[in-house]
Amino acid sequence: MAGQSDTSAPILEVRDLKTYFHTRDGIVRAVDGVSFKVNAGETLAVVGESGCGKSVTSLSILRLIASPPGHNEGGQILFQGEDLLKASEARMREIRGNKISMIFQEPMTSLNPVLKIGKQISEVLVLHQNMNESQARTKAIELLSLVKIPEAQSRVDQYPHQLSGGMRQRVMIAMALACDPTVLIADEPTTALDVTIQAQILNLMRELRDRTGASIILITHDLGVVAEMAQRVVVMYAGRKVEEADVKELFASPLHPYTRGLMNSIPKLDEEKCARLEEIPGMVPSLREPILGCAFAPRCTHATGKCRTEAPDLEQKKSEHFAACWHSEKFLFGVRA
Amino acid sequence: MIQLRPLLEVKDLKKYYPIRKGLFGRVSGQVHAVDGVSFSIGQGETLGLVGESGCGKSTAGRTVLKLIDPTSGEISWRGKRIDGLSRVSMRPFRQEIQAVFQDPYSSLNPRMRAIDIVSEPLINFQKFSRSEGRDQVAYLFEKVGLRPDQMIRFPHEFSGGQRQRLGIARALSVKPRLIMCDEPVSALDVSVQAQVINLLIDLQKEFGLSYLFVAHDLAVVRHISHRVAVMYLGRIVEIAETPELFDSPKHPYTEALLSAVPIPDPALRRTQIVLQGDVPSPINRPAGCHFHTRCPYAQERCRKEEPGARELSPGHVVTCHFPVNAK
Repeated sequence: MAGQSDTSAPILEVRDLKTYFHTRDGIVRAVDGVSFKVNAGETLAVVGESGCGKSVTSLSILRLIASPPGHNEGGQILFQGEDLLKASEARMREIRGNKISMIFQEPMTSLNPVLKIGKQISEVLVLHQNMNESQARTKAIELLSLVKIPEAQSRVDQYPHQLSGGMRQRVMIAMALACDPTVLIADEPTTALDVTIQAQILNLMRELRDRTGASIILITHDLGVVAEMAQRVVVMYAGRKVEEADVKELFASPLHPYTRGLMNSIPKLDEEKCARLEEIPGMVPSLREPILGCAFAPRCTHATGKCRTEAPDLEQKKSEHFAACWHSEKFLFGVRA
Repeated sequence: MIQLRPLLEVKDLKKYYPIRKGLFGRVSGQVHAVDGVSFSIGQGETLGLVGESGCGKSTAGRTVLKLIDPTSGEISWRGKRIDGLSRVSMRPFRQEIQAVFQDPYSSLNPRMRAIDIVSEPLINFQKFSRSEGRDQVAYLFEKVGLRPDQMIRFPHEFSGGQRQRLGIARALSVKPRLIMCDEPVSALDVSVQAQVINLLIDLQKEFGLSYLFVAHDLAVVRHISHRVAVMYLGRIVEIAETPELFDSPKHPYTEALLSAVPIPDPALRRTQIVLQGDVPSPINRPAGCHFHTRCPYAQERCRKEEPGARELSPGHVVTCHFPVNAK
């Protein structure tokens, strides 16, 4: 399918991506064979706990992993048919911030503290859209009002430290949207924010998605945010994809024991009785040693001898529902535990 | 739910920080971090203290322990005033009130072994010898779900969740009655978070502990607390028993806060109340009700007159002129 550009093809396709870090203590297999597709106008959520490789995956797409120590060990990233892993650095500069842009978690550290925010937004426009300074400034003010920053006219000349956390995140979004990107990668966009501000930002992202029709890859650990934003979900564990399904399907009948554990371990606001939370025993495995068998086996209550020796492949268990587990049939017809 | 003689009683607690300017350090203003907070905690009870960043919940928690000296107000521990006590006269109370902090990375001394971290309070307060301490530490390790053979390790050799268990073991070592938990699970991953929450609940049942549970995560607070106090700009705007507060919040801020939490259920479609703007600065707070600038129901009176605390039903206190969901 590579090289084709028909409309049914996904906008972005990641195939068997492997990103390893060569450290003094050995090779860390941060992303170990991950594949997924993003269709036009779709929001895909990538969920997992810290160290599962979700952020490394997103940085790998834009080739933002520092090398050394990071190194791409294989796979393809096809953006509208073009393999980004083979693209030249000049070509990548054309794509970054223009065709594919990114919103980072830390709005405090990802903005330049010594540049006015207007200047930081116009930088992208001058570079990619051949605008002159004054055109870019006008457009920057327009973008600031688009992301609902009050008094955009005067805010445009402020520095990041003069803005609150929520406002800084809005500036990041304005910057990311400046060139009407085809794909927007949002890496934990609301994790550093308070809930009331998070609600504002999520609302804004939904509104802008409907308006621009951009595809969004939403990287998060918060299942609540996933449920409210995404259409399709990829669950990652220890550098691998363990489950993928439509959002409603995934929450209604999760098939991988890790996904099930994750869902049962979060306290819920609307639960009837405060029952004991389900724990996932143990902790995430070290990615330094090669993992034999299923990466989740040591923490899984359903694990058998086969799980410890043979890694399960991602298989289609139901229509549009994939899971990498030897025993997922157990959950296929049973009621949710 | 639990009606016992309060263990801890806090009345009109205030903590202001002066803002100094210029060469001579002239005081040009005050940060009203905690501004007249009152609550009580009974034996075996958990009081959740929630709010967004900068609302003063952590300062309130730390002031209660006298880790920060209060500007004014009363703190009574089992009927005795402790707010005016000196460091030395505070010492006996330190055993009874302990703390667990948010960041398990920075609250443990990286140069001390786990056994020394946990036995330090024992040697300090209860005059344990090193060998007696060792047995006690082994017992505590078992209680918090660590293996006794991990005692000789350094903090960096533990994972985040294990480090938080270590912090809990240290707090438990002197058999406290109350533990102030300041965001104890917010630095942990969800699967590990569940382990620590369950541990805290188990320990509470076993030792009859009380918790002052300071956190921003409403779902976690709901799960662990018997009563919940919601703070906004240094004040408690609503306090009630947990089911009551979550089922029928009376303060517009509580209502909005609850509706802002994303629910992990894609089939659920609900109407959200999205608050506009940011929390005002605790230096220049709005006149009248501090929440009126963001309140969807604000009226003229709210802009001028500060609301007083009102008990709408037994144990349910709200600071608002026009409470929502009021019968």
